[in-house]
Amino acid sequence: MANLGNISISVALAFTIYAIFALFYGARTGRREMVKSGTHAVYAVFAFVSLAVIALEYLLVKSDFTIEYVSSYSNRDLPLFYKLAALWGGQKGSLLFWTWIVTLYGAIAAYVNRHHAGKLVPYMLGIVSLTSVFFLVVNKFGANPFAQLVIDHGDGRLASFAPPDGRGLNPLLQHPAMVIHPPMLYLGYVGFVVPFAFCMAALLTRELGNAWIKMTRRWTLTAWLFLGTGILLGGKWAYVELGWGGYWAWDPVENASLMPWLTGTAFLHSVIVQERKNMLKIWNVTLILATYMLAIFGTFLTRSGIVSSVHAFAQSSIGYYFAAFLVGMGAFAIYLVFSRLAYLKSDNQLDSYASREASFLFNNLVLLAACFAVLWGTIFPVISEMVQGEQITVGAPFFNKINVPIGLFLLFLTGIGPLLAWRKTSFESMSRIFMWPVLAGAATAVVAVLAGVRSFYPAVSFALSAFVITTIVTEFSRAARARMRSTGENVARALYRVSSINKRRYGGYIVHFAFVCLLVGFTGQAFTTEGWGEATGGDRFSIGGYDFECLSLEDIEDPNYVGMRANLVVWKNGKRVEELSPEKRFYHASEQTTSEVRIHTSLREDVYVVFAGINEDNDKAIIQAWINPLVTWVWIGALLMVAGTVWTIIPNRRERRVHRDKGQVERLLRATEVAR
Amino acid sequence: MSNKAVKFAIGVAVIVAAIGYFAVAGFNEGKAYYRTLDELAATDAAADDGARLRVAGVVLPGSIERQGTQITFQLAQGDLRLPVRYVGSAPVPDTFKDGADAVVEGMRLTDGSFEADHIQAKCASKYEAKYGDAAAHPDAVERSY
Repeated sequence: MANLGNISISVALAFTIYAIFALFYGARTGRREMVKSGTHAVYAVFAFVSLAVIALEYLLVKSDFTIEYVSSYSNRDLPLFYKLAALWGGQKGSLLFWTWIVTLYGAIAAYVNRHHAGKLVPYMLGIVSLTSVFFLVVNKFGANPFAQLVIDHGDGRLASFAPPDGRGLNPLLQHPAMVIHPPMLYLGYVGFVVPFAFCMAALLTRELGNAWIKMTRRWTLTAWLFLGTGILLGGKWAYVELGWGGYWAWDPVENASLMPWLTGTAFLHSVIVQERKNMLKIWNVTLILATYMLAIFGTFLTRSGIVSSVHAFAQSSIGYYFAAFLVGMGAFAIYLVFSRLAYLKSDNQLDSYASREASFLFNNLVLLAACFAVLWGTIFPVISEMVQGEQITVGAPFFNKINVPIGLFLLFLTGIGPLLAWRKTSFESMSRIFMWPVLAGAATAVVAVLAGVRSFYPAVSFALSAFVITTIVTEFSRAARARMRSTGENVARALYRVSSINKRRYGGYIVHFAFVCLLVGFTGQAFTTEGWGEATGGDRFSIGGYDFECLSLEDIEDPNYVGMRANLVVWKNGKRVEELSPEKRFYHASEQTTSEVRIHTSLREDVYVVFAGINEDNDKAIIQAWINPLVTWVWIGALLMVAGTVWTIIPNRRERRVHRDKGQVERLLRATEVAR
Repeated sequence: MSNKAVKFAIGVAVIVAAIGYFAVAGFNEGKAYYRTLDELAATDAAADDGARLRVAGVVLPGSIERQGTQITFQLAQGDLRLPVRYVGSAPVPDTFKDGADAVVEGMRLTDGSFEADHIQAKCASKYEAKYGDAAAHPDAVERSY
């Protein structure tokens, strides 16, 4: 099986190289058969990489510990589900998985655009294949997951050997959210390869109109969706698994995933300006190139161990592969942009601050500033060591100080941007549009202060949230009422029809609403209370208005681990809230201890308890508890973000018809061409 | 430059300046200097000038003492020892135990001990080299708290 995997990777590599040659050469010289053959090679690459993935999964399931990767990331007693997930549990496997997604996207992009004539698509596939070549080379030479364990018996000859059991998957990763978090992130990171490749193809062919933007819109949205989902799942995992009461720590690897998401968000917004006003062309090209580079850079950060992090794998030489690829691809992209500047001229310019263009401009500006700040803070330890010879880290205060005001400013723009007119909005229409939202915001600010919110940012955040929600509600109700008047439909039907006719606009509003929910959830962090108590059966202690009664401490046992459990009852104002039983576990295979957090959730606040340890003097359990207001709104925001984006991506009836007609026309055209 | 361009340049400049201000302020609040135990041994607390420090070492086996959520232990590198008192609000990471590679972040007190509000730890794996044979570098330490 290991041989099958190795051979598959080699064959895939050969096919990719052939595909690049055939696609570029075929498109350049107009040899359609060659392009077709190159496209088939793209499919073949996907097939062979899939075979390699299957081979590795087979080895993991069969617990073949002669394979170094298998023995490092699984063990015999690991549940099947986690054996399969061990594919992305370690560096080498996750890089193979990464390659698989690149080639999967390549195959899909080839299939979806199979009727498309012209050079754009073959060039795009060529660029995707360039990325595949890089990852396949890493799989083959840099981090081969099929490498065998070898031992030197003292006679200088290396022999393969198999340890009796594997080291096991990190118990922290043995969690359902962790099983889907990495694939989501990878689907997101890698998803930007296709828009990037389209952009490079547009630069190469000088077809820099709106065609490439239109063709990549769904790709970008999809990648953005996966990346955002992956980031939020990671947060959820950290919250329920790591046991420190929070979900975001500005860890370098979290930051690495946030950066392309920020530039991707900027790109999604600024392409609208290009489509409508033919402006910001250079900007859009730069943004998508940067997003792709940041996605690769994120992989590099995650996998090279250059900065310390929860995700840092052992340091390895693959850092050099990534650095070389980033520099090479970056130089190529920058050269292309500069040599095509003449084609990237803008047709219009900004007129007024009170215009939609201006709000897009500022949206892009602060998103980029946030990205730059995160990048700077993340690599500062490395930079300061190189420049000053002294390693300086910047912690959460740095990231929060910058990103909290940026987040609030973005929230403000979310409210005003979509309602402003293109070019210029008159004062009269502004006061008409914004009267109610401003009143709602002001009222909320007053209520918040009266309710005891004494700090500046949280009060502003609640006020802006009310402002934005009011603008969104007004938009939906205005459109629905207009439709009800003209068609006589009922409210629900009118709302549905309005939002499916202009999905981009109303799907966007749903996502904006999701963003408000996220910020409300983030704001709740300002009001967290925490404390601890020692308890054994019969003891009580109270934290943040809640009383905790310990019923008993008990020992627990499982084939995978042993541990202790504290059975607690949570009371509030004399009423029983819920029974929570946090655990402390010790996993045999990996010799690691983990805390199993228990959480009582409500829309208002979470009660979060951790079995922190045992006080050896009196054998009582140390229970740590957090009262986290509004956290649930983060997860609600996440779900709404997915819903709104999916709604926007799925074509509506008209778009499906147009697509079908186009396909038929292209087939007819080709048929006549062949006949001739 | 046209009037309009100037008008927008001013807006952009104001925003960039504001963000720059936040960056500098946040940097001063959040920065921490990485120090090894021998670097610490060569100076005293006055030399730190109130700066936050990050120090890496091995948790000396048998030195961990718990008092509620407060924990004291010795951080070791070779023959050097640093007494550490952990006062952070989060529980210490599950990986924090005897012999673990750890990075502590906080301030050095005048008596030469260390008050940490952050701990990262990574346990020595059973196939990997045992503790004590290499000074822990933060790059090799896993964060999990």
